[in-house]
Order: sequence, then C-alpha cells, then structure tokens
Amino acid sequence: MLKPSDIILGTRKGLFILKKNADGWRVETTAFEGVAVTMVFHDRRSNTLFAAVGHGHFGAKLHRSENGGRDWTEIATPAYPPKPDDVPITKHPYTGAEIPWSLEYIWELQAGAEDGHLWCGTIPGGLFHSVDNGASWSLNRELWDKPNRAKWFGGGFDAPGIHSVCVDPRDRNKVKVAISCGGVWCTEDNGKTWEPKTTGMRAEYMPPEQAEDPDAQDPHLMVACPSAPDTLWVQHHNGIFKTDDGAESWTEIKGVDPSVFGFAVAVHPNDPATAWFVPAVKDEMRVPCDKKIVVTCTRDGGASFEKLTNGLPQENAWDIVYRHALAIDETGEKLVFGSTTGNLWTTANGGKTWEHTSAHLPPVYVARFA
Amino acid sequence: MPRVEFTTNLKRHVVCPSRDIGGASVAEVLGRLFEEDPGLRGYVLDDQGALRRHMNIFVNGEPVRDRKRLSDAVEADTTIYVFQALSGG
Repeated sequence: MLKPSDIILGTRKGLFILKKNADGWRVETTAFEGVAVTMVFHDRRSNTLFAAVGHGHFGAKLHRSENGGRDWTEIATPAYPPKPDDVPITKHPYTGAEIPWSLEYIWELQAGAEDGHLWCGTIPGGLFHSVDNGASWSLNRELWDKPNRAKWFGGGFDAPGIHSVCVDPRDRNKVKVAISCGGVWCTEDNGKTWEPKTTGMRAEYMPPEQAEDPDAQDPHLMVACPSAPDTLWVQHHNGIFKTDDGAESWTEIKGVDPSVFGFAVAVHPNDPATAWFVPAVKDEMRVPCDKKIVVTCTRDGGASFEKLTNGLPQENAWDIVYRHALAIDETGEKLVFGSTTGNLWTTANGGKTWEHTSAHLPPVYVARFA
Repeated sequence: MPRVEFTTNLKRHVVCPSRDIGGASVAEVLGRLFEEDPGLRGYVLDDQGALRRHMNIFVNGEPVRDRKRLSDAVEADTTIYVFQALSGG
C-alpha cells in the first residue's frame, strides 16, 4: 500500500512509484512501460490510484489500481459526446485550425465533492465528472458550451486544455479550473454555472487592449493552499499571480530573480504565503537561466524570494520542469521535482538542501506524493 | 466472411485475435466486432467514431478511403488490416 511519503511519477515511458527506505529512494513499482503516463492521482478517500496514459496511436486511456499500483484495470475513458451536426466547428481564433471535438489528452485528475466523485481535465478543453470512481464520465456541458470557448487556444499543445482543478475543502461544490489558454473559471454549484475570474491578470502576448481578456490568459498551473483555500498561486505564461480573495482579484508578483517564467508552482499546505517555483528563460527559449537549476521560494506572500540551489546543478543544466512535475507533501517540508531530461530531485527540508534522487528517468510529466 | 487482422502492437494492450465477421462495409464489420468487444473500440476509433489519427486500416492492401465513417465496401473474401501509423509514436 502507498504511504504519504511515496512518490508517484508519470513519465514519457511509464509510471514509477518510488519508496524511501534506509538505503535511500528506490523504484519499487513500474507500470505501463513504454507508454506515456500523462497524469496520476491517488485518491486517499478510497486508497485508489489512477493513471492516465496517452498511447501515441491508440489514444488516451484511464486505469485504476486498488493495490498501490501493482495491478491495474482499465476503466472508462472520458468520451466527448457526439458532436451535433448543427453545432459549428470551433476553430483556433488565430490560426483557424480546427479544435477537435474529441479526447486528445488527459491532463488533470482531482477528487470531487463526494466520495467516488472525480474531476478530469482534458485537451481540447473539456472538463469531465465521474460519480462512480471513474466507471463512467460525463462532459460538463455548462463549461464546454460557453461561447467563450471559441476564444480559447492551445499553448504548448495545439488545442486548449484544462490542467488545474482546485476543489475548495470548505465547500467542495466550489471548484476553480485553469485553462491553457482560457483563463481561470470558477463554479460555486459543483459545475452548474461558471464565471471567469482573472481580474488583475494580463497577457503580454496580446495587443494592449486585449491584454486583460479573461479568455486569453495562460495560467500554466494554479494551486490553492489547502488550509487557506482563498489563496491561490498561478504560474502564468508571463508572470506569477496570486489571489487572497478566492480569485476575485489577482496580484502580479514582479521582479523575481532569476525569472518569473516557468510552468510549475507548489504552495505550502499550512502557510498560504509560502510557495515554490522552478524558473526558466521565458517562452522563446525555455531553458534554465544561466544553465543553472534553481528553485525560488517566497515565505512572505511574494514580497521577497530566496534562490534555493544547494544540491542542484549550477552549470551546464538543460532541465525544464513541466507544470505537474513539482509536488509538495502534506507536511510542507518534502518536495520533489522531475525534469524533461529525466532528473529527479527531492528535499526533506523545504528546499534548503536537495538530493539528486535519479538521473536516468524518462522525461517527467507529473510528480505526486501519495 | 471478411477477415479482420490486428497489429501485434495493439495485442499488447487489448485482446484482439484475428476474426471472421460478416458485413458489407468496414464500418459494419468493425461495428459488429466492437459490439462483442466494446473495450477494443476506443483503441481503433476516437470518441466520434472516426479512425484514430495515428491508426491505419487497409482493405485488401489499399488504405481505407473514408477515415471518418469507414464506409468502404468489403466483400466476403476481403481482409481488413488494422495497423498503427508510423506517425504518433
């Protein structure tokens, strides 16, 4: 069975579960060898492990394990309902390319309001909901049918996608999702109605008069502090944004050395003012700043940042950390991040010192503590 | 009856032995197959019923023409090969 300190990785070539014993970290479990694992989720309520795989040829699929990852059963794949003939094809607002009405990629899995309820974020922008532990899924039509969707567009992928689902632990009917590129959308009635909430965000890749358009925002990742869920942090395409009022207003955090560009963010579970980022040279480059792997950490809500480098390579490094590849545990002391070049680093002291846990993994898409 | 053969790469993930199944089109043949084995459908077709972008179907050696509805006609002695494309790996 899984322990909270175990690390679950989804990579370009399979799923790995790492456990720490007296001799250090060991890969204890491997699954889906050779297949991309695009998301993993351990539902502690039922001790069930979910894995989203992306077969290059055969499409995205979902699997579930009831014994900590040893045995897996394929479960229902979130399927887009048949497109009605009278619904026009959505096209990319700039390139005119057709946005598919069909599942391309599973990008997010999170616990829903009640036991057995799950949320699943996908490319091309559909949010799915399950009330039976993944045995069946339904597309949230209220969000999918928003006319705003015609303005959403892909960032790194060709089509837009939902990569962040934050469920408010005080009232689990309150859900916030982040979309690349489609901004931040919030519901207070478990998905019946949705409102965009991006006041304060700006998109510097848009003409000035459209820079504050909610649908043009590209939050790379959004995380909420579990103990103070009105504080959310966003690593955005062109900066870092924070809200302390449940996404009603966002404040841009500027002047972070060495960069405000990146994909990942982690927030301390018990201190909403403490958050970690893995910066890089901004979008046209996407390499580490000065070829050094650096984690930036603020402990005062973004007023100041510390560069954490102890144990991280400080020359000739080309690792980029994808949005889901940085994770924090329930104590707020242990973090893990994996890179595009298959390195994995862990810390047990909030990042003061880092251990090079592995150098030979496939590109890491997602890292999670169990 | 038309015969359906699958790439061994697909057999790694789902059970899909070679089968003889009746039908007048690729869609009819595969539709009957997927009725008997619903789990196989999503590996070959997308959720809108079209052939997956990185999958290929050959009908007597010729690539299927209608990738969206699979309306290509088949005869009793037709062999339908289901392969993965070279792209998409």
